[in-house]
Amino acid sequence: MIRFTVNSEEVTFDGEGDTPLLWVLRDHLQLTGTKFGCGGGFCGACTVHVGGRARRSCMMPVASIANRSVLTIEGLASEKNGLHSVQQAWLELDVPQCGYCQAGQIMAAVDFLERYPQPTDAEIDKNIKNLCRCGTYVRIRKAIHRAAELIAAGESA
Amino acid sequence: MSARKQAVRLNRREFLIAGTGVAGSLVLGLPRMTAADGDERMLGFFVQINADGSIVIGSNQPEIGQGVRTALPMLVAEELDVEWSTVSVRQMPLGIVKTADGYAWKYGGQGVGGSTGLTSNWDYMREVGATARRQLIRAAAKRLGVAEDQCSTRPGVVICAGQEVAYGELIAEAALLDLPAEPPPLKDIDDYRIVGSQQRTVDAHEIVTGKTKYGVDTAEADMRYAVIARAPVLNARVKSFDDTAAREIAGVLDVFTVEGPEMGEPYVILASGVAVVATSTWAAMKGRNALRIDWKQSPSAADSSEKFWQENQQMLHSEGQVVLDDGDYDGAIAAAERGVTRQYRVPFVSHAPLEPQNCYAHVQEDRCHIIVPTQMPSGASRAAAAVTGLPRENIHVDMTRVGGGFGRRLTNDYVAEAAMISKKTGWPIKLQWTREDDMRNDFYRPGGLHEMRAGLNGDGRVTAWTQRLASGSKYYRRPNMPDEDLWKAELYPDDFPRRLVANMRLEYFHNAIGLPRGSWRAPAHNVNGFVVQSFLDELAHETDQDPLQFRLDVLGEARELEYGNHGGPTFNPGRLSRLLKFVAERIGYGKSLPKGRGIGIATHFTFGGYAAHAIEVTVSDAGDLIIERVVAAIDCGLAVHPNAVEAQLEGGTIDGLSTALGLEITVRDGQVQQSNFDDYPLARLSMVPAQFETHILPWDDVPTGVGEMGLPSAAPALTNAIFAATGRRIRNLPIGDQLKG
Repeated sequence: MIRFTVNSEEVTFDGEGDTPLLWVLRDHLQLTGTKFGCGGGFCGACTVHVGGRARRSCMMPVASIANRSVLTIEGLASEKNGLHSVQQAWLELDVPQCGYCQAGQIMAAVDFLERYPQPTDAEIDKNIKNLCRCGTYVRIRKAIHRAAELIAAGESA
Repeated sequence: MSARKQAVRLNRREFLIAGTGVAGSLVLGLPRMTAADGDERMLGFFVQINADGSIVIGSNQPEIGQGVRTALPMLVAEELDVEWSTVSVRQMPLGIVKTADGYAWKYGGQGVGGSTGLTSNWDYMREVGATARRQLIRAAAKRLGVAEDQCSTRPGVVICAGQEVAYGELIAEAALLDLPAEPPPLKDIDDYRIVGSQQRTVDAHEIVTGKTKYGVDTAEADMRYAVIARAPVLNARVKSFDDTAAREIAGVLDVFTVEGPEMGEPYVILASGVAVVATSTWAAMKGRNALRIDWKQSPSAADSSEKFWQENQQMLHSEGQVVLDDGDYDGAIAAAERGVTRQYRVPFVSHAPLEPQNCYAHVQEDRCHIIVPTQMPSGASRAAAAVTGLPRENIHVDMTRVGGGFGRRLTNDYVAEAAMISKKTGWPIKLQWTREDDMRNDFYRPGGLHEMRAGLNGDGRVTAWTQRLASGSKYYRRPNMPDEDLWKAELYPDDFPRRLVANMRLEYFHNAIGLPRGSWRAPAHNVNGFVVQSFLDELAHETDQDPLQFRLDVLGEARELEYGNHGGPTFNPGRLSRLLKFVAERIGYGKSLPKGRGIGIATHFTFGGYAAHAIEVTVSDAGDLIIERVVAAIDCGLAVHPNAVEAQLEGGTIDGLSTALGLEITVRDGQVQQSNFDDYPLARLSMVPAQFETHILPWDDVPTGVGEMGLPSAAPALTNAIFAATGRRIRNLPIGDQLKG
């Protein structure tokens, strides 16, 4: 039995410990916002936060998550605070096309902005590696800058 | 305006089905009004008005990211005359109805390919909205005892001679009225409030909060999970397998062979394999990994890219099938002052939508339920019918939002596979392909070798033009497809420069490699745009002419030329000229640039729409390529949903650049060499410059599609820019590390 928290709720998993976190989230916890794209850690569609940092959940055996905290796209917005600034920026720029990669993009951007609160284009280029097959990169870059503004405005308010 | 051709009364819910002449298909018009129980009141299939005044509009087309789920309801809402903010959208399933002589489509033709989602529904959806509005007006007029022509509407409200009635109050009465035979009047373009306005993707909020359901997210009661072990060699069949270890994996429920077609036969699924059904996706994948499978020798075992390209080169030494011969090509080329011959090689590429193929199927004795992300739900219905033997009206196809199409999901092989597995087990199952399955079992964009030859006169004008293409046709193992028609998928005779160069010949050679081929975003255009726009650039440089002016001279003034291929009936070369001049001016074409820096331009007409690109690059002495700036412009007639037009232009451009930069599918010993995004490196964000502009240049008052138009001219603008920067001509895609040497 593996215990961990997902979106601040305690969960248990009594299946095989080698099951990737991705499939525990999707098949067992029905948290399907986290997507399967490549299964090899290349695309980032499965990006979640583990212990506060962006991770590729397809590459993390659930056994390695024991007693740790996981944040998924479903837990990013809160009833108290509404959408996260990154989600808000994504809406303002209307980033999604097919939308499939966007949960992972958003989770990657949230982590990135915690480390680079006022990012340059070069820092975005260097750190945002998630694939978007539709090519929404133009808007992703703009949305990251916009989210940085929203976060800064929220902190100074 | 379309004329209704026929009306078929269906007894159960008394829908009136009417045919319209749009796109020549049987389209179902607005049904007889129906008043449902409770607060939900339906006005036909597409329009639901709730008691609180909110509106639900049905979207009949698959949403693959192109924005049709927003754009089509915008058309309905425009003519219905409601506030867009009151509208929500629901996805309609496949609307198949049995008729006396076949099938009819309750919600009109459903399927997205060839950038027709908007154009084929343009009249129909406006008419749906306008008809619903007219019924509401008629109901209000009747209630108030006022003549209909004394009534009009403002959003959500009928106004009759000074009295106002909200739509929601009129539904029950409107539902009892007969439908007039004549089509309703449509709005004038000047009165549009919603069409042409900036609107957000309808599902954006659900997407950014992770709530949207894609095919992979399907979870139905008692559902099992399935994967298929597929042959590493193209077209190999299962000889035998040992599933002892697989069945020991916790959660594995069943293992069996899925039978495939013989090589060369028309296919429902691509090839045979071994299915593993389990209680979870991961258990099924582990079970698959534990299988030991013996595959039969494949007829494609000796296929290789090397052999394919050698054969193509050989073919070009012979005479092919002449598919177009305008004027006197031989005479013109002999008389030309200059002759220029070049070869271009364009590789096979994969669709690689980010959502791997998947399908839910539940086959029961008398019916079947399919939930699938597909571009072609009628094909899904056909595939399930072929597998189950059930009548198609007993196969219910639900569509989810689709995690990318790009043409891959025009083919429903995964639906047939899912139906096979459910039929065999009796369970509701969700078949999940892995990324490796997807990349190695695709219907690839055909690779081809193009030989271009042009003759120019003393003034530098093109007097003779030929394109000789050796490729594998995208018409792959199609039933009733004669060999002499295979070229039709690869060369569109009416494409540029038809009717602009008097003496023109097209010649085709087919190379039947075992690698499956299919439609890939802007089929043929995505290749020919590169080849033709590269060659034009070479002709200009060879004759010391400016590449922009040279193109403008060939294109000439705005005029309608006959165009018999998809996207016709006409092609206006002046619309390309306008775009070219626009992007050239925006990017500062002709300005002096430092060493290693260059600007390239290109333009192409794709399925009725027009686009052009200007791209500025830097290439370092070491061969490092940086795309500094992109200017893209589209002329899609009337832009119905401009936000999505811009998005498609951004995405199409990036798709074109990404593919040209680094993507190729290769085969060795009958095996596809690529398997995932490590060896099939889609471009990441860092490829895309911050200076990236998109522009919409409107034209007239009728929309064209937009999903494919932004792609074909992106790659040649890039390689033309590379030439301008370095003097190195890229004739072989992908660019890869050619600039390094």
